[in-house]
Amino acid sequence: MEQHSTTAVYHHEEHGHAGGGTKEVIRITVYLTVITLVELAIGFYMYKAALPEGFFRHFLKGLICALMLWKAFYIVAYFMHLKHEIRNLIMTIVVPLFLFVWFIIAFLADGNSYKNLRNKYDPYHIEQNDKKAPVEHEHGAQKEGTIE
Amino acid sequence: MAQAVPAVQKWWNGGKSPFNVEYGKIMMWYFLMSDAFTFGAFLISYGTIRFATNSWPDPNHVFNSFPGLGAGYPLLFVSLMTFILIISSVTMVLAVQAGQDMDRKRVAKYLVFTILGGLAFLSCQAWEWTHLYHEGAWWGHNPFPNHNGSVATTNFSNFFFTITGFHGFHVFSGVIINIIMLIMTLQGKFDQRGHYLMIEKAGLYWHFVDLVWVFVFTCFYLI
Repeated sequence: MEQHSTTAVYHHEEHGHAGGGTKEVIRITVYLTVITLVELAIGFYMYKAALPEGFFRHFLKGLICALMLWKAFYIVAYFMHLKHEIRNLIMTIVVPLFLFVWFIIAFLADGNSYKNLRNKYDPYHIEQNDKKAPVEHEHGAQKEGTIE
Repeated sequence: MAQAVPAVQKWWNGGKSPFNVEYGKIMMWYFLMSDAFTFGAFLISYGTIRFATNSWPDPNHVFNSFPGLGAGYPLLFVSLMTFILIISSVTMVLAVQAGQDMDRKRVAKYLVFTILGGLAFLSCQAWEWTHLYHEGAWWGHNPFPNHNGSVATTNFSNFFFTITGFHGFHVFSGVIINIIMLIMTLQGKFDQRGHYLMIEKAGLYWHFVDLVWVFVFTCFYLI
């Protein structure tokens, strides 16, 4: 009985500040759509221009990652309503996620260092890497241009 | 209570709700946080392996088919899947808002749209998996060469099927949860309770599924 009355209180309080309503939903949907289209445009450009590995390609990939995080912010803040929650609640959820900063840097750096070490000290590894794909596999690659 | 009101609000002494959310909702948030770490661990292990590998297949050459059109359309099918999931997330927001207005019919309507969106996404994924399987890709099998023409590692398909499969399982369970919510709505359970908080919790889960797809989509198809 008591629980029932307390949950009813949340409802009424939330009812009061439910964010910007339908208008806000439409605005965020448009933002998400536009950002996705920009991401796809960059991805398509990287494919069409057949960019070589290098700084510019890495820069574009970084840009796509930044746009990805921007989209994630819109979904969490508005669709999941976190922006309108109490600050302490936001902190208990967002602060632990900062572990990812270390997590990403440490693991990717480790992977990169492993690659460099193997390329330097393991001739067999380099030999394996230079092996061309067999004909039957190239057949699969050639098929891509044709219509099934 | 005969006590005087303390000068400083003691939020954690009981009797108050410091976060002003219902218990189930905050626990859903903490569950989603832990799930974010699970997905994060998967995606970071994928990133580590990619950084440790000299060459990798170009996703634009692997994922370039569209049902009925054949091959040669990079990014097209995955764009469709992405937009299906975004739109189903939007209809879920509208269902939650309808729940806050205690509007049973509107909740049911938007839940149906959300479920259809989820089913459409799962169908797309089923088609894509079947297509890749027929191309010869599966766990432990990778027919696609690296972008420089050398033999690629099977890690490419291992990570793709594991992570999109794990995400697809989340979509599947989200659809099941939404169907249960729809049944409960139609039975008038939430009107009896006096609130539609369950819809909000299911909504949080559904948005999380959309959120994860933002990352999976970027990591596997764009980068």
